[in-house]
Amino acid sequence: MTPLLAAAEIPVVAPVAADGVLAWAWLLVALPLAGSVILLVGGRFTDSFGHWLGTATAAASFVLGVTIFVALLGRPADDRSISQHLWTWFDVGDFQVSMELLVDPLSLLFVLLITGVGSLIHLYSVGYMAHDPRRRRFFGYLNLFVAAMLMLVLAGDYVGLFLGWEGVGLASYLLIGFWQHKPSAAAAAKKAFVMNRVGDMGLSLAIMTMFVAFGTTAYAGVSEAASGASEATLTAIGILLLVGACGKSAQVPLQGWLLDAMEGPTPVSALIHAATMVTAGVYLIVRSNFIYELAPTAQTVVVVVAVVTLLWGAIIGCAKDDIKKALAGSTMSQIGYMMLAAGLGVAGYAFAIFHLITHGFFKANMFLGAGSVMHAMDDDVDMRHYGGLRKLLPVTFLTFAFGYLAIIGFPGFSGFWSKDLIIEVAFGHSTLVGLAALLGAGITAFYMTRLMLMTFFTDRRWEPDVHPHESPKVMTIPLIVLAALSLLGGVLVIGGWIGDFLEPVVGHAPHPELPVPAIVLTLIITAVVAVGVALAWLLVGRQEVPRTAPQDVSFATRAARADLYGDAINDTLVVRPGAALTRGLVGFDSGVVDGAIEGGARGIGGLSGALRMLQTGYVRSYALSILVGVIVVVLALLVVNWA
Amino acid sequence: MTEYVILSAILFTIGAVGVLVRRNALVVFMCVELMLNACNLAFVAFARQHGNLDGQVAAFFVMVVAAAEVVVGLAIIMTIFRARRSASVDDASLLRY
Repeated sequence: MTPLLAAAEIPVVAPVAADGVLAWAWLLVALPLAGSVILLVGGRFTDSFGHWLGTATAAASFVLGVTIFVALLGRPADDRSISQHLWTWFDVGDFQVSMELLVDPLSLLFVLLITGVGSLIHLYSVGYMAHDPRRRRFFGYLNLFVAAMLMLVLAGDYVGLFLGWEGVGLASYLLIGFWQHKPSAAAAAKKAFVMNRVGDMGLSLAIMTMFVAFGTTAYAGVSEAASGASEATLTAIGILLLVGACGKSAQVPLQGWLLDAMEGPTPVSALIHAATMVTAGVYLIVRSNFIYELAPTAQTVVVVVAVVTLLWGAIIGCAKDDIKKALAGSTMSQIGYMMLAAGLGVAGYAFAIFHLITHGFFKANMFLGAGSVMHAMDDDVDMRHYGGLRKLLPVTFLTFAFGYLAIIGFPGFSGFWSKDLIIEVAFGHSTLVGLAALLGAGITAFYMTRLMLMTFFTDRRWEPDVHPHESPKVMTIPLIVLAALSLLGGVLVIGGWIGDFLEPVVGHAPHPELPVPAIVLTLIITAVVAVGVALAWLLVGRQEVPRTAPQDVSFATRAARADLYGDAINDTLVVRPGAALTRGLVGFDSGVVDGAIEGGARGIGGLSGALRMLQTGYVRSYALSILVGVIVVVLALLVVNWA
Repeated sequence: MTEYVILSAILFTIGAVGVLVRRNALVVFMCVELMLNACNLAFVAFARQHGNLDGQVAAFFVMVVAAAEVVVGLAIIMTIFRARRSASVDDASLLRY
C-alpha cells in the first residue's frame, strides 16, 4: 500500500467567487444546451443549417474554454479554484443545494477535452451523417450530450454532477438507438440504459449517504467534512461511487453495454463511448479524491476492478472481427488503466487524467478512422472483409497509424508517456498490479496490431462490387487534427506540467519507489509492446486471413468472441433469477392474493346461490318455516327458563 | 280455566294445520283468522285468571288488526282470482329465485 497523505494534506475544495472572464463560465454549458433546444424544438425549419449551428455552439464553447483556461493560467497556482453561484436549486429545511459551477484545473482540462474533441467530431459528423434524413436531430442530441457532459464536470456539487450524469446517460441512450429502425440498435440502447441505471443507483445512494453523514453534497462541504468522518462511512461512500463509475465507465461487472453500444453511428462511438462520457467514472473518482484518500479499502476495490477490466477488455479486443467492437474492447481496457491510476491515490490521479486526455485524442482519432473505413466499405464492419486499404485510403491510414502508435505506446507518441507513467505508478504500488498492467500493454499491442494488419495490410478481401474511396475533407480534417494531437499529446507532461497544474485539486506525491530504475522499466515496457506487435505479425500478418471467422478455434478464442461470457454471466446471475423472481411474484399475486379475494367472493356467491333456493315462491312453505321457527324459539325459551 | 287454554291451543293448531295444508287462499285466510281468534281466547282467559285488563285490551287490538287485514287480504285475493281464474296459493308462486 502506498503511504497515505496525512489528513491535513488532502486538498480541500475551497473555491473563490468568479470574476472577469471566469464569470462567463455558465455560457460553456448554456451554448450547447441552447443549440440542442433550437435544433430539437425548431424542427424542420432548422434542417438546412442545423448541423452547422450544432458545430458552431460546440466550437464556441471550446473557444470560451480556451479563454477561461488562459485566464486561469494567469492566476497564482493556489488560486485557481473558482466557483460561480447561479441560483439556489433546493432549499428544504437543512438541505441546501445550489446550482454552482466549479472551474478548477481538473474540470477545465475536461472542458477543453470535451469541447475540443467534441467540436472535431461535430465537424466530422457533418460529412458522416450527410445522407441521413435525421441529421438535424443527430446534431441536437450531440449538443445535448456536450451540454450534459459539461454540466457533469463543471458542477460544484454532487447533485449537479448527478444532473449531468443522467443527462449524458439520456443522450447516450438516444444516440446508441439513433438508428432505431434496427432492432439491434434499439436493444443496445435499452441495454445501455438499464445497465447505467444500476450504476446510477450506486451514485445516488452515495449522494444520499453523504447527505446523511455530512449534511451537504457540495464538494467544498464534503471535502471539509470528510476528514472528520468515520472510515466505515467513507468506505461505503467510496464503494457506492465506484458502482456508479463502473456503470458509466463500463468497468467489470457493469461492462456489458459498451460493446453493444457500437450500434450507434460511429461519431457517437468516438465522442461518447470512447473519448468523453465513458471517462466520467474516472472523473468521479479523481474528483472524490478527498473521500478515497481516507478510505484505503475502497481504493483497493477500485484497483481490483481496474486490473480485471483492463485485462478483460484487452482479451475481448483480441478476438473481435468487428472493427468497432475491437476498439470498444480496447476502450474498456484503457479506461481500466485510468481507473487503476485513480485507484492508486495521490500518486496516480494526475496520470489518470493525463491518460484520459491522450486516450481521448487517439481513441477518437481511431474511431473516426474506423468510421472513415466503414464509409469506404459501404458500412461493412467486419475486418475479415477489409485488407490492403492503405493505398486506397491514404489519409485515413496515416491518421489511423498515428492513433495506433499512440495506443500501443510507441516511443514519442502521447500514449507512450501516459501509459508508461501509469505502469510505473502501478509497480510502485505493488509488483503484482504492475505486472498485470505490463501484460495489458503487451495484449494491447497485439490486438491493435492485429486490427491494423487486418484492415490496412494483408490481402484485399472485399467483394468486387465494393469500391473503397477516401472520405471527404470535412471528415479527414478532424482526423488530421486528432492524429497530430495523438502524436503531440505528450507535451502536457513535459516538466511534469500536468501534475503541477492539477496539484491544487488532487495533491502531490513524491515519485514512487520502483524495483528497477525508471529508464529500465520504460525499456521493459517497450520490449513487451514489441513482443505483442511481433506476435500479431506472426499470427495475422504473415498468414492468409480467412474471409469468414474459423469455427474450430480454442476455448479462449470462443470465450473472447463471446465477450468472456459477460452477458451469459449477467443472464445467469441476474436476468434469469430476476425473471424467476418476477414470475414467482406474479404467481403469488394471482394465486395467493387474488386467490384469497376471488375465492372469498366465489364462496359468498355460492352460499348465496344455495340460500336463494329457499325462496320457492310457495306461501305455504314460508308459513311452515315460520312455524318451525316459532316452535324452535318457544322450545328454546322453555329450555332456558327451566334450566 | 285450563279448558279455555286447551280450547285455544286446539283452535290454534287447527288454524296452523289449515294454513299449511290447504291450497285455497280463502280457506288459508279463514285459518289465519282462526289462529288469531285462538290467541284472543287465550288473552281473555289469562286476563280473567290474573284479574287485570291488559289481555282484554290486547284482544281488542288483535280484532282491529284482523279487520284491517281482512280488508287488504280479501282485496288481494280477489284481484289475483280475477287475473288468474284461480284462488290457489300454490299457483301464485312467481316471486321466487
